[in-house]
Amino acid sequence: MTFQPATASGNVEAASSTPVLSVDALKAYYRLKLFGIEREVRAVDDLTFEIGRNEIYGLAGESSSGKSTLIRTIARAIRPPLAVEAGSVRFNFSDGTRDMYRLSPQELAGIRWKRLSYIMQGSMSVLNPVRRIKHSFIDFAMPHVPEKGAAFFDRIGRHLEKLHLDRSVLNAFPHELSGGMRQRVTIALATVCGPEFIIADEPTTALDVIVQKGVLAMLREIQRELGSSVLFVTHDIAVHANLTDRLGIMYAGRLVEEGWTRDLFRRPLHPYTRHLISSLPQIGDDTPKKGLEGSPPNLAAPPSGCRFHPRCPLAVDICRRQAPPMVTVTPGRRVACHVVTADPGLSAPAMEEARP
Amino acid sequence: MKSNLLDVEHVSKVFSGRGLFSRRVKHAVQDVSFSLDADRPEVFTIIGESGSGKSTLAGMILNTLRPTNGHIRFAGRDLAYIRSRKDRLAFMSRVQAIFQNPFEAFNPLKPVDRYLFMAAEVFAGCRTKEARETRVDDALHKVGLSLAEVGGRYPHEMSGGQLQRIAIARALVSNPALIVADEPVSMIDASLRMTVINLFRMLRDELGVSIIYITHDLATAYYISDRLIIMQGGKVVEAGDARQILAAPQHPYSLRLREAVLSVDGAWRGSRLDVDALESSS
Repeated sequence: MTFQPATASGNVEAASSTPVLSVDALKAYYRLKLFGIEREVRAVDDLTFEIGRNEIYGLAGESSSGKSTLIRTIARAIRPPLAVEAGSVRFNFSDGTRDMYRLSPQELAGIRWKRLSYIMQGSMSVLNPVRRIKHSFIDFAMPHVPEKGAAFFDRIGRHLEKLHLDRSVLNAFPHELSGGMRQRVTIALATVCGPEFIIADEPTTALDVIVQKGVLAMLREIQRELGSSVLFVTHDIAVHANLTDRLGIMYAGRLVEEGWTRDLFRRPLHPYTRHLISSLPQIGDDTPKKGLEGSPPNLAAPPSGCRFHPRCPLAVDICRRQAPPMVTVTPGRRVACHVVTADPGLSAPAMEEARP
Repeated sequence: MKSNLLDVEHVSKVFSGRGLFSRRVKHAVQDVSFSLDADRPEVFTIIGESGSGKSTLAGMILNTLRPTNGHIRFAGRDLAYIRSRKDRLAFMSRVQAIFQNPFEAFNPLKPVDRYLFMAAEVFAGCRTKEARETRVDDALHKVGLSLAEVGGRYPHEMSGGQLQRIAIARALVSNPALIVADEPVSMIDASLRMTVINLFRMLRDELGVSIIYITHDLATAYYISDRLIIMQGGKVVEAGDARQILAAPQHPYSLRLREAVLSVDGAWRGSRLDVDALESSS
């Protein structure tokens, strides 16, 4: 598939044709053997997607949809019982292509933090609570940058200033900073080596609304400056609408829809996406909103066929029997739904009527 | 004169922490007043960020914390004088609480219906097993579940939305007049959130239960509340009709809060997060 420039966000020279990350038919399962009973949890089941250079790719999904497993699998931060069953994760960095699951531990350590970095939800679990912030920078960044000594701290100070943080935070302990400041510090940590790919896992979920907006804007700014790609994971649809260039929706371990964020919000195709967007309460909107019937699927015993069918308002017979393939319906837009892809028109008004 | 359902009068709460050499004082809630009418059930929302004192205020309304200053009256009776076991039970059967994380509210090793039966026995005074079962089944039906569905099941077998509905059913067992819900949907998945929110609306309209909804989420507050107060650092900065306030906030803090809400519609009107957005928000 080809990448078009994200005109919506002004990210124009954006994506060149070679993606930075290609995930191909990835399957990652948890295999549990307890008291002779084998259980298999298919947390990531047959996922294929690409992330282009200089774009923010959003991944939305509920708890237990497999987002966290996917992140871990991409970063190769997995340990049993989680294992990759099939498929590949390839990064195309400026100094060559790498298959994450063919690297030696040394090669992996060479990429981490320098080319591939990670922003986590809880800033307190990244920063050592009993050491000053500067020690975290020494631990994380010192091995990956050429500067040493005073030059090293000069580089970090300049980087912090870019993120609207004062140099004095280096001498502070984590508990002395507010939640928003700490999250800015973790973003500074993750970006100080100028990584080409950043994984952000719910980085603003624990923050207050006012602080959240500032942190997101800062993340966007630093991403533009470094020209890196970001895989941004959150369950908050409103954040995706405001930040990401492209968006993938996950449900029960599978990608159900993917497209340019703006396009996806304007015309959601998959019934699950439609529900997520139409049920979002908004200030000034007085229409009644409905919750989705039924409960989230159990990944140890997922429903047959399309995993969404027990809760789907459009479900027909084939949905129960056969898992829908991911079909590219328009350039840049993929959806996995029998009903939607069978509809020859795929026109917006028809979709409006079918809205539950 | 008929008394209000709840009167909160000039309530303050001061926490003082004593160190070895120092004494630190935290004014968690400062001079908050509002009242709920007994004849007009409503969803009354308390909005605030973390540290704004909203949960402390909830604790005082639930009579688990004593106000340092001021009075809280429930149906005309000052909570400070509810101290005997009998009075406390009578109060608790009229005022119930729902908490943020349903997974923490239920003991993972016990079936969920145990709590419902306990509530029926303690608060509703159901002596026989049949009476308890009828009572519990009634409460579960109000939230769209039934005893046949949840009986004997454990918390891990259910989704957060289902558990939160059971928590609401548990609160309904004693036919309360007021429910205090502290961030009841922030831990619940997006697809199930609106089910719980709509349930509050149903409680107000059909069962006549007043609800104090505590949240930091302005969008759901707009969706269900009748009146609201916005708190900052323990003080109420704005109070009044929910729709009016959220549509056109007056206080600078409410205005900042309102502007910080990320909306989907707003995203396409050019206010998408940008470098220039940073200048205004930081």
